[in-house]
Amino acid sequence: MSDLSELYQEVILDHNKSPHNFRKLEDANRSADGYNPLCGDQVTVYVRLNGGVIQEISFQGMGCAISKASASMMTDALKGKTEAEAQALFDLVHKIFVGEQECQGENPDLKKLSLLSGVSQFPARVKCATLSWHTLVSALKGEKKIASTEEESGS
Amino acid sequence: MTTGSQNSVPDSWKDTPQSLDVQRVRKDFPILGQTIHGKPLVYLDNAATSQKPKSVIDTLNGYYTSENSNIHRGVHHLSEQATQDYENVREKIRNFINASDTREIIFVRGTTEAINLVAQSYGRSFIKKDDEIVISAMEHHSNIVPWQILCEQVGARLRVIPINNDGELLLGEYTSLLNDRTRLVAITHVSNALGTINPIRQMVDEAHRYDIPVLVDGAQAAPHMKVDVRNLGCDFYAFSGHKLFGPTGIGVLYGKAKLLEAMPPYQGGGDMISLVTFEKTHYNVLPYKFEAGTPHIAGVIGLGAAVDYVNEIGLDAIEVYESQLLSYGTEALSEVPGLRRVGTAKNKAGVLSFVLGEIHAHDIGTILDREGIAIRTGHHCAMPVMQRFGVPATARASLALYNTKEELDALVRGLHRVIEVFD
Repeated sequence: MSDLSELYQEVILDHNKSPHNFRKLEDANRSADGYNPLCGDQVTVYVRLNGGVIQEISFQGMGCAISKASASMMTDALKGKTEAEAQALFDLVHKIFVGEQECQGENPDLKKLSLLSGVSQFPARVKCATLSWHTLVSALKGEKKIASTEEESGS
Repeated sequence: MTTGSQNSVPDSWKDTPQSLDVQRVRKDFPILGQTIHGKPLVYLDNAATSQKPKSVIDTLNGYYTSENSNIHRGVHHLSEQATQDYENVREKIRNFINASDTREIIFVRGTTEAINLVAQSYGRSFIKKDDEIVISAMEHHSNIVPWQILCEQVGARLRVIPINNDGELLLGEYTSLLNDRTRLVAITHVSNALGTINPIRQMVDEAHRYDIPVLVDGAQAAPHMKVDVRNLGCDFYAFSGHKLFGPTGIGVLYGKAKLLEAMPPYQGGGDMISLVTFEKTHYNVLPYKFEAGTPHIAGVIGLGAAVDYVNEIGLDAIEVYESQLLSYGTEALSEVPGLRRVGTAKNKAGVLSFVLGEIHAHDIGTILDREGIAIRTGHHCAMPVMQRFGVPATARASLALYNTKEELDALVRGLHRVIEVFD
């Protein structure tokens, strides 16, 4: 049971029950839809980007506890970050989710996001945790296409 | 034949064809003995694929060990034997679904390929611009997308029979969809997502009044009930071997000879020709016209062993047993707080699809997996069904002849565990 309780930690269940920044951002200047065709999870990420800084970020959608909590924690972590910082954080978080790396250093954002590292023991669920991040990247790039977890390789 | 299928079923069973001794059945399936995450495996994902009895595994092993060779072309001993075994299975399948002629049995990769074959061969020849194809709101994607592709190619239209809140077809709507532009009805025998058993014979009768041929997707029916294509009256019937306790990658398309003869080949290659010159090629006769290239010989012979196994146990006994199991499971699930079943048709096969409060199906699946319980979670390749019921996904436990009441009790205990985690 230990890996189960690590996956479904109290913090994650709380984010699932009352997700942060769970709304449409009316004055967003970037947004993208993300979709996981394997389970039907769907998310929209909204960003208000100003001079390369994420001033405001929110999301909407439906999905499992992991995808909802991940999106909620992502929006908490990225407010006030630059595009480059967001991308760098995703690169680290992705490595942690797939179990390639453990959380190191004192970065408080990374520490919080690492609460989801339990997902690395559940390979079928990694995509639930990365969906919102892929969607964010797509939004920042201003891509019109729908982000899909199926374009991810090697996880 | 030198493989094991003949000797695999104990003689003592033959005296009691009407009852099913599940503990004995379970011993025939080696995989069921294992533990997953330290718990005994409870396999409830049979609508996705079934487990294989030892007789099927031994037959595959026996084929590759002592019989492997290509069919329909060698004059040597092994080729003759493989050809004979392959063709014997065709006769076995004819008998299994009560077709009138072995020429009407085409081996394909599975139900999906069977439907694509009909869509591309029959469809592109006989369905034109502004013609209509009728399907239903409970179809698997494999009985939707091939028709959409065809519609795009020829300019035909797809019409969809709606379903009610129990997941039953609205037959009045079906009747009113049929008209003189309708060229084909393609309908599932049993819904994979809801378990609904459709009244195929009645629907075929209606369609035939307008001379409209009917294709039946039998993937979820063939493992669980007696299929008699002549009694159903359908023009095409498709099913997969792997859901019928046989190997993956093999399936069957039944088609009425008259229709198959009028259809052009689906794929070109070896075996489907009688004479090839650069000026003109003459196609082979049925069924070979539709079996281009070296087929899945081992798969066919393995499927034959699976059909032997099902016949020995008896589909009547299987149907009775699974129906009892379904009633038990339905009752047991009703005691789980917050659980809502999706698919409550009066006439239902062994599929228990449900949602549990606000808990997403994926989370249910992960927690049950840690209890050794395998179910399917998601949209079950039937996204329109999910949309119809306003849910993104369901959890689905699907039954087979080797499942037990104790396993359904374990499922219920697992669901209580899920609720505990999310409470």
